[in-house]
Amino acid sequence: MTHLVSIENVDMRYGGASGTLAVAGLTFKVDKGEFAAVVGPSGCGKSTLMRLVTGLHIPQAGHVIVAGQHVTEPVSIVGMAFQNPSMLPWRTTLDNILLPLEIVERHRKRLRAHKAEYVEKAEHLLDVVGLKGFGSKYPWQLSGGMQQRANLCRALIHEPQLLMLDEPFGALDAFTREELWCVIRDLHAAQDVTIVLVTHDLREAVFLADKVLVMSARPGRVLREHRVPFARPRDLEITYDKAFNDVVHQLHGEIASARRAA
Amino acid sequence: MSAVIEDIQKSEPARPLIARIDWVRASPWLYTIALFAIWEASVRFFDLPYTVLPAPSRIFAAFYQYWSPIWKNSLQTLYTTTLGFLMAVVGGLALGLFIGWSKVIYAGLYPLMIGFNAVPKVAVVPILVIWFGIGAIPAMLTAFLISFFPIVVNVATGLATIEPETEDVLRALGARKLDIMLKVGIPRSMPYFFGSLKVAITLAFVGSVVSETVASNYGLGNLMSSAQSQFNVPLVFAGLLALAVEGIVMYSIMAWVERRMTGWAHRSTMSH
Repeated sequence: MTHLVSIENVDMRYGGASGTLAVAGLTFKVDKGEFAAVVGPSGCGKSTLMRLVTGLHIPQAGHVIVAGQHVTEPVSIVGMAFQNPSMLPWRTTLDNILLPLEIVERHRKRLRAHKAEYVEKAEHLLDVVGLKGFGSKYPWQLSGGMQQRANLCRALIHEPQLLMLDEPFGALDAFTREELWCVIRDLHAAQDVTIVLVTHDLREAVFLADKVLVMSARPGRVLREHRVPFARPRDLEITYDKAFNDVVHQLHGEIASARRAA
Repeated sequence: MSAVIEDIQKSEPARPLIARIDWVRASPWLYTIALFAIWEASVRFFDLPYTVLPAPSRIFAAFYQYWSPIWKNSLQTLYTTTLGFLMAVVGGLALGLFIGWSKVIYAGLYPLMIGFNAVPKVAVVPILVIWFGIGAIPAMLTAFLISFFPIVVNVATGLATIEPETEDVLRALGARKLDIMLKVGIPRSMPYFFGSLKVAITLAFVGSVVSETVASNYGLGNLMSSAQSQFNVPLVFAGLLALAVEGIVMYSIMAWVERRMTGWAHRSTMSH
C-alpha cells in the first residue's frame, strides 16, 4: 500500500527567520483510502498542517510529498472544507458547488461543453449529502448544517484524491454534527477518497478515523499515533460504548498533558 | 396623495380613517409638510424680513416667478453633475479595482488618496479654471473629483476583505489572482460599489454647485450667487429647493439601482 501523503521532518516558521515556529520535526503518513484525524491542544499547528499538505505553504525544511510528488505549489488533487462554509451568496448552491470546476485546470476547459454532465454530478453529490432539490436555493436560504453539507459537495466535486477537513462541524449543534459525521462516514465508505480531518472534538475523531494523530503544543509535532480498532461500518451507538469512551478518555489525557508541557 | 390613503371603498367600513393610512409610507410627506408649516409659522410669528429668511410661501412664489431660469439652470446643473458623476463611477471603479488588487498598491496609494481627499475642492476650482476656462468643464471635473473618492474606497474595501478561507479553497485548487478577483472579489465588492453611489451622487452636486458659484455663467450655483448679489433672497432659497429636489431624485435612482443589482446582499443580511 502506498502513502498518499507523506510528511517528513518538516519545519515551518512564519514571519522570517525570527518568526514563530509553527511546526518542527513534523512527520506523519497517510495511506491511500485511509481516514486520519489530527487532534491536539489549540495552537498546535493543525491549520499549518492543512496548508502544508495543500501546498499553500512551502516548508523551510523537510519534505511534503502528496501522491508521489514533492509539493512546491498548490495541488489541485485536494479538496478543502473549513468550519466557515464560505459559500458565495450571489451564487445558487449548485453554482457554488460547481465553482472549483471553473478553477481546476483539467475541468475548466471542458466545463462549458460538458455542463450537463457536471451538473448531474453535482446533483448526485447533493443527493448523497441529503440536499436533494436544494441546488437552486441561495446559500442564505439554507441552515448552517445545510450550508456545511453543500460545502462538502463543493470540496468533492472535482473528485479530489484527498479531502482536507479543518474543523468542519465546529459551529454546528450536537445533533446536526452527528448527522454530518454519518454523511462523512458514508462518503468515505462509498468513494475512493483519503480524508484528513483536523478537529478539536475527540469523539468525532475516534468515531470517524482509522487512525488518530495527537499533536504537541507549539511548535507542533506528532506525539502519538493511535489505531482506532472499531470495525466499519460504525454505528453512532458505538460512541456510547465503554471501549469507545476509553479511547476518547486516553486521548483526552494525552492532550491535557501536552497542554501542561507547553 | 391618493396612493397613501388606501382604497376606501374596499376596506372594511368599521375601521377608522386613522387605521387605514399606511403611516410608514405617508410619513416622508407628512414630515416634509410639517417642516414647511413650522418654517412658515416661525417666519410669520417672529416677523422675519424676507431678506433674512423668506417664508416657504414666498420661496414658492419666487419659484413660480422665476420658473424659466430655474428650470434651465437646474437642467444645466443636473447635466454637469451627472457627467461628473459618471466619470467618477468609471474612474472610481477602475482605480478601486487597481488598489484592491494587491496589498502593496493598497498601502502605497491609500495615504495619497486620503491627502487628495482632504484638499478642499473649492480650492481646486481656480486651478481648473486656469486649465479649462470658466463654464461647464470645471463644474463637471469638480463633481468628478469630489465624488470619486467614496467609490474608490468602497470598491477597494470590498476586494480587500475577501474571506481568507475562500481564498485558501480557491488557491489550493490552483486559482490565479485573476481567477479569485473575477469569481469572488469583484462580485463581492459590488454591494459596496452600489452603496457608495448614493454617497457619491450627493457629493457630486456639492462639487458642481461650488464650481458654478465660483466660476460659471450657468447652473444653479451661478443663479444663486447672482440672486444673492441682488439681495433676491427668495430666489436663492428657490435655487436651494431645486437642488434639494434634484438631489433626492438622483439619490432615489441610485438606491433603486443598488436594490436591483445587489438584491442578494440585502436578502442575506435580512436572513441573519
